[in-house]
Parts: sequence; structure tokens; C-alpha cells
Amino acid sequence: MWWTRLKALIVKELLAVLRDPRSRLILVGPPIVQLLVFSYAATLEVKNVDVLVLDRDAGKWSQELIHRIDGAPTFRSITGVDSLAELRNGIDRQRAIAAIHIGPTFSRDIAAGRSADVQIILDGRRSNASQIVAGYLNQIVNGLAADVTAGRPAGPTVGVVPRNWFNPNLNFQWFMVPNLVAAVALLIGLVVTALSIARERELGTFDQLMVSPLRTHEILIGKVVPPMMIGAFHLTIYILAAVFVFGVPLRGSLIMLYGSGVFYLLSVVGVGLFISALSMTQQQAILGAFLFMVPAMLLSGFATPIENMPGWLQPVTFANPLRYFLVIVKGVFLKDPPFSEVLRNTVPLAIIALVTLGAAAWLFRRRME
Amino acid sequence: MSTMNLAAERQARSTGRGRRFAALVRKESLQVMRDPSSILIAFVLPLILLVIFGYGVSLDATRTRIGLVIENSTPIAQDLAASFQASRYFDVVVGRDRREFEEDLVLGRIRGILVIPANFVEEGAGGGSPQLQIIVDGSDPNTANFVQNYAQGVVGNWMAQRAAEVTARTPPIVVEQRFWFNPELASRNFLVPGSIAIVMTLVGTLLTSLVVAREWERGTMEAMMATPVTAAELLAGKILPYFILGLASMTLCVLIAVFVFGVPFRGSVLALYALSASFLMPALGQGLLISAATKNQFLASQLALLSAFLPAFLLSGFLFEIASMPRIIQMVTVIVPARYFIPSLQSVFLTGDIWPMFLQSIGVMLFMGTLMFLLAARNTRKRIA
Repeated sequence: MWWTRLKALIVKELLAVLRDPRSRLILVGPPIVQLLVFSYAATLEVKNVDVLVLDRDAGKWSQELIHRIDGAPTFRSITGVDSLAELRNGIDRQRAIAAIHIGPTFSRDIAAGRSADVQIILDGRRSNASQIVAGYLNQIVNGLAADVTAGRPAGPTVGVVPRNWFNPNLNFQWFMVPNLVAAVALLIGLVVTALSIARERELGTFDQLMVSPLRTHEILIGKVVPPMMIGAFHLTIYILAAVFVFGVPLRGSLIMLYGSGVFYLLSVVGVGLFISALSMTQQQAILGAFLFMVPAMLLSGFATPIENMPGWLQPVTFANPLRYFLVIVKGVFLKDPPFSEVLRNTVPLAIIALVTLGAAAWLFRRRME
Repeated sequence: MSTMNLAAERQARSTGRGRRFAALVRKESLQVMRDPSSILIAFVLPLILLVIFGYGVSLDATRTRIGLVIENSTPIAQDLAASFQASRYFDVVVGRDRREFEEDLVLGRIRGILVIPANFVEEGAGGGSPQLQIIVDGSDPNTANFVQNYAQGVVGNWMAQRAAEVTARTPPIVVEQRFWFNPELASRNFLVPGSIAIVMTLVGTLLTSLVVAREWERGTMEAMMATPVTAAELLAGKILPYFILGLASMTLCVLIAVFVFGVPFRGSVLALYALSASFLMPALGQGLLISAATKNQFLASQLALLSAFLPAFLLSGFLFEIASMPRIIQMVTVIVPARYFIPSLQSVFLTGDIWPMFLQSIGVMLFMGTLMFLLAARNTRKRIA
């Protein structure tokens, strides 16, 4: 009996979102475009670098240096400039991220065994990329220096052999796609849920729901299940795309991923429902969802590692469901983590779900009386 | 006589239009101020974002935790190990066996394992160069790259020092690095200005599209259409309060950026406002267009998120270098207004007034804004007919 009632409510909630063909489209189309665009766009690698060169030496060694930079795959173009003013202008207007200034005595100094100076100027407005470019340029200059001193007595040379576990070629998509798997469920699940009660309230159908034979907890379950179904659908699409389109290895257990995924979706829906119960209008619900979503994305370890954040900010991330699920998704895809590790990150999700759903139910009841 | 009449009539009509427009703007402004959620988005979210970008999101790798395995106890190996422990980039945990650290790497407790192998010196004595092994956690390629680069740097410095001790010679080439505009290399200095553009995108596009979509949803937009107000006046009246709200929110952000976070401000206030006002044109235009096209708050919010917020974040050069993206995606970034705004805004803060660059950005943004408004106006009129 209660089951037929509940089923009717779930069907109604699903229809509220899926009835409109444009809504259906927006639930399926954009997430896929998003996956394709953002997984390729969001890279902190630095490629296709443009540099300026002010070569006041024009000797053998400066030519050799320019030649080596030109030959390095990271650099796209080298533009010669004739004066410091031109160099400054080029950096100011971001025509290039770096400039190399070679003094007039560069080749002569090297030939005479004196130390030769070379200046590298970088655009500090993009300090992250320019640090990486500086690293590349230094490597090239050091290589040249090593060849200059070839045959002369030198200190020890130590080779560094890097090995990348879990992702041997440091393929960026292997990192980005699992991240997006977790993020998309948050992005969509939160707004769909946040709107569910707010919409009814705004349209006045909430009172109708209240006078129906449905019990309070049944209404809540009816509001929780449909967004979870939509979220699970997105998770599945993204996992399939990750494996079959992007070729991300799935090394861990899919059962563990879905098992903890249920708690993740519950916690996301819980937060959404809580926001919905607080809001009077749809606009408030959507903006409230945003107010949660943006910090949640930024403080999840998605863009930057949590351990780089200051100590007082790190505890804030404990309340962020995305933080835990990111560890699980990335782990299950790339690392095959032990069950205990997955469990350790699932328990907080269950707690967040319990707290937010409880709070939503309480607000809901209070509003009813 | 008749010309005087005409003139008077024209004047009466124009004052009537002025009054009408003023009433419209007043109504919209009241609507903005009455809803706490607009204030939340325009003033509270910016504060949260600034704090996060000012303190939380840092691209500067600071003291990454790594495991160091010293399988070789010769003085030279110890010396190399000591220079890793002294490095300000690493937080080193020392162990004897690499298996101790393998589980830590899987669980993400450390980001890399550095191994000075047992045969470290023998190889060196045999003529080949001694090898140092570094195992990094590739599941996060950024950090993996940082760990590799910094490890190379530590080894490079160490070799240079040893070489100087052995030969007492000057190094053949000395590289002098200068980071202009941001010598302390604080990522905060470019993230905070960039986040101002994100805030303005939220106010301009998300908030506007929601508010106008609601009017369509409730049918009050049609009611407005039935009044003598023209479509152009209606749209202008809608966006003026959000234009002002956007500039107010920007001003608050700039004050916080400069006085709380100490981000330098080397350009002029004129350039700041000229750029911001120009950026609000495409942002607001996009908001209007989205609302006119969807007429539904859920759809509008999702479209604003996808077409404005996420591109401003990911496709604008704010966090990720556009030049490093695949060509197709580079082409997509051409139509993202924030792509033109963010580099100029960063320059106003860090470099100063570079008018040739600013004027170019302003031109592109105004062009995009005009295009969006025309499309929005066309959409509005068409729907009503």
C-alpha cells in the first residue's frame, strides 16, 4: 500500500524533471560535452610555448643555444627582438611567456673559459606556467653548459631515473576523467534536488502534497530516490566513457565504486534537500546550491591537493562529500585500493548523508506545522 | 506654430519615456534588493571565493611529503640525502626499505619515493654515472611533475656544489632568472584577480538569467510586454541594476584583494572600470539570451553553469594555459568573453596600464556584448509575436 503511494510519487518526481524534452536534453547532452571539452582543456602541462630572444651576441654559442630551444618540443615559436624596449613590450602584451636575453660577450666568455651570463625573463602574471617554462629553459642551458665543459674536470654527475606509478606516461586524462566522474554527479544532483521542494513551494503544489495520504518520511524518500537515479545514470555514463573513450584503466573493484557511490549520491542529495528545505523560491534554491557547489569543487583536492591548503582551512574540507569520493574514484580507477581504504572514505559520506537528510527532514516537519 | 507643437510633443514623449524607464529600473532594483539570494551571490559568494583563492587554492607546491630510501650508506650518498632533507620543497620521511613506503604511496600519504640505490657509488666508480630513482604517484600528474622537477633541481644544485668543491672553477654559464610583475611567484597574485572575473560572470550571467527566466515562467514578462514599454527599454531596465550590482561586487572584491590579500594594484582605476564595464556587456547579454531562450529557471541555471561559469573557469586561461590545449578547444576559447577579460584584469593588477592590450580586449568584449543583446532582443520580440 505505502509502496504504491511511494512509487507514484517517485514517478511524478521523475516526470517533473524528465517530462520537458529540453530538460531531458540538458541532463544528457551537456555532461557529455563537458566531459570531452574539460578533460582535454584542464591541463596544467605547458606546451606550445612562445619565447622572445634578444641576441646581442650573435656568436657561435648564442646560435647554438637558440637552436637547442628551437629543437625542444615544448617550444612553438622563437621570435627575435632587437631591443630591450621591444622585449618589454612583447612580455607586457603577453605575446610570449618568456624572453631570453643574451649579452654581447656570451660566446667570447665561453671561449675564454669565463662564466657567461644569460638572462631569462618570465611573465609572473602566469607564475605557474612560467615556472615550468623556466625549468625547461634551465635544462636546455645546463645541457649546453655540460657540453661546453666536456673534457674539462668536473664533479660527479648523477642521473635521475623517474618512474610514475599508476599512470606511467602521466596521461592527464587519466587524472581528469575520474575527477569529472565525481564532479558531474555533484553538479547535476545538487541542482535537481535543491529545486524539488522549492519548485513545489513556489508553484503552490506543496500544500497539495501535504494533504495527500503520503507520510512525511514517504515524501522525503520520494524526493531522494529520483535524483539518486539520475545521478547513478550519470555516474554510469561517465564510467563507461572513461573506460571505453578515454582508455582509463579500471584497476579496482567496480562493486566497491558503486557501493560507495550510493553513499556519495545520498550525501549529495541530502545537501540538496537541505538547501531546498531552506529556500522559499527556486531562485534561492539554485543560488544556494551554487553557494555550496563552488567551494565544494575548489576545496576537494580536484584542482589542487588538500595538503597544500593552510592548516585552518583543511578541516573545512571534512564536510565536503566530493573530497572523499574523489579519493575513492581515483583510487578505484588507477590504484586498486584495499577495502579498508574505500571504507575509510565511505563512512564520512554516510555521516554527511545522515546529518543532512536528518536536518532536511527536521526543517521539513517544522515548516509543515 | 506647428513645429513648436511638434517639439513640445517630442519633449513630452521623451520625458514620458524617461519616467517610464526610471520606474522600470526602480522596480527591478527593488526586486534585487528584496531577495536575499541576490545579495548572497553578489557579496557573500565573492567573499568565500576570494578567501578560497587567497588562501586555499594554491598552485605553489610547498613542502610535498616524500619518502627517502637510503640503501647506500657511503658519505656521498648521505650528502645527497642531506640536501634533499634541507630542501624547502620537500618534507622528507627517511626509511631503509622502499617497501615501507609503497603502501603509503597507494594511500596517498606520500607523493613520491626517492631511492638512493645500494649500487649508487659502485656505478659511479665504474665510469657510468650513479643513478637515483624517483617513484612518483602518477594518479595526480601535476604533483608528479612538480616532484620530478624539484628532485631534478635538488640534484642539479647538489652536483653544481660538488663540482665547485672539486674543481674550484666558475660554472660555464650562469642563468639569471627574472619573474616580472610577480617576483615572489605567489599564485595568489594572479588567482585573486582571475576569481573576480568568475564572480562577475556569476552576477552577470547566472543571476540575470535566473531572474528573467522567472519572469517568463510566471508570465509577468508578457504582462510587461503589454505595457507601452518597448523591448529595448525592457531589456535595458532589466540589466541596469545587475550592471551596477556587478560593478559593486567587483569593487568590493578589488578592495579586499588589495587591502586584505596585498595583491599589488599597478594600473589605473579608469582601466579597471573600463574593462569591467565592457566585460559585463557580454555577461549580461548572455544572461538575457539564456533566459529568453529557456524561459525556465532550471534550464537557465544549467545553461548558465555550462556556457558561462565553467568556461570562465576552465577555458579562459585562468587556471589552465590556453596554448597547451588541443587546437579544437583553443578554437572554442575564442568565444569565451572571460578569455579576453582575465589577462587584462591580471595586467591591471600586476603590470600597469597596457592600453593597446586593453583596448583590444574591450573592443572584442563590446562586440560580443552587442551581438548577445541583439540576439536576446530578437528572441524576446519573436516569442511575443
